[in-house]
Amino acid sequence: MASQNYYDPADLKKFGKISDWSKELGDKFFEYYGKVFEEGALTAREKSLIALAVAHTEMCPYCIDAYSQDGLQRGITKEEMMEAVHVGAAIKSGATLVHGVMMMNKVNKLEM
Amino acid sequence: MLKEKRKQQQSLHKRHSELAMANKQLEKLSNGIFANGELPTFSEKIKVSNQFPLRPKKLEILQINLGYMCNQVCEHCHVDAGPDRKEIMTRKTMELCLEVIRNTSAHTLDLTGGAPEMNPDFRWFVDEASKAGIQDFIVRSNLTIIRANKKYHDLPEFFKNHNVHVVSSMPHWTRGKTDKQRGEGVFDQSIKALQELNAVGYGMPDSDLRLDLVYNPSGAFLPGDQASMEKDFKKALLEDFGIHFHSLFAITNLPISRFLDYLIASENYEDYMYSLVEAYNPAAVKNVMCRNTISVSWDGYLYDCDFNQMLELKVASKIQHISEYNEAILNDRKIIISQHCYGCTAGAGSSCQGAVAD
Repeated sequence: MASQNYYDPADLKKFGKISDWSKELGDKFFEYYGKVFEEGALTAREKSLIALAVAHTEMCPYCIDAYSQDGLQRGITKEEMMEAVHVGAAIKSGATLVHGVMMMNKVNKLEM
Repeated sequence: MLKEKRKQQQSLHKRHSELAMANKQLEKLSNGIFANGELPTFSEKIKVSNQFPLRPKKLEILQINLGYMCNQVCEHCHVDAGPDRKEIMTRKTMELCLEVIRNTSAHTLDLTGGAPEMNPDFRWFVDEASKAGIQDFIVRSNLTIIRANKKYHDLPEFFKNHNVHVVSSMPHWTRGKTDKQRGEGVFDQSIKALQELNAVGYGMPDSDLRLDLVYNPSGAFLPGDQASMEKDFKKALLEDFGIHFHSLFAITNLPISRFLDYLIASENYEDYMYSLVEAYNPAAVKNVMCRNTISVSWDGYLYDCDFNQMLELKVASKIQHISEYNEAILNDRKIIISQHCYGCTAGAGSSCQGAVAD
């Protein structure tokens, strides 16, 4: 292995190579991926912002790299990008906190 | 910091930067990732789709650069234009151009610069050229020139009286992005200039006075889809400022001159070249602008495009000057290419008229 890091920015350019070892599944994935991001009921711009938010919640450096650039290309402003990241962060923290109800239920059931 | 800022407000020529020299830019574009085989050269790439050598189609656009002087010093400028550039077309060269304009088969005349309006003979030239009855007469105006000095305030009326098609740069509909690329205060002045153009009828729905905007990215990334960008620009400029315009041309920044300098200084050069090569679209090569354009420099020399002009790559023809202009001989040339050409073939393609892929 040439790189000493688990994550290497140069690997993003090699993403397409996943088809080399399983052409049919790889091709189907990229076809699906391309289709998902086309203009539809949601605009490609809205999808780019959703992707950016999910990239952060998934903490995927490749996706953050790709969708920060994609956003700039679409003329999306820094403010819009940061708000999208906050949406992701709010859902992430909300998801943590809403489990507090589970904790409360359990405690309430056990306590006299 | 201030010193650095002042430096950025000067052309590469004024700064005596190495990249002010065309041969240094061409060297940079041919070495490194292109010399070691990491990326294919442009000629290798177009050979794959049997498009080498690149040859002209029918001439449609005559683009004349009236000089490199400009009131702005934009960070991405491929002309390295600015107030400190003194290269200006003389009336004598303009007379030679007029002779060609009267006889050309091109349907579009495209005046560019610098700020073409700063040429002292600009109005005389437009007056004379408009008499030739060219179908589409474009002036590339940077907008702020209209507001720069009292003597330019009547430009919207002047353009209207000559039925000029105005094409203006506007990198974004927000102040921050625009000023970062084009200089402080440029956004506000551009907005005022657009409102003044609208006031005389330019860009209004159903108006014959055409006003198109040019978008080019303010950074090391490629432009997005032209149609979506146009929709966003139209919505924002209308809602925020009541501004109308006709079309948006999305233009890719080519890696030459000041943009090349920026790419190298910001350590984005290699990634940017990768993006251009990855986005290479053979369909865009078919309609790339050097195939239907002749570019004339301020001193009358002929080039395949404005970019080759800045790289001092004169046409490969025995006719190299406007004084000996002959369309038939010129049309029989091979177009000179280098790695900067990837800028015009990325994605939907890029030209002075925006995207080119069918």
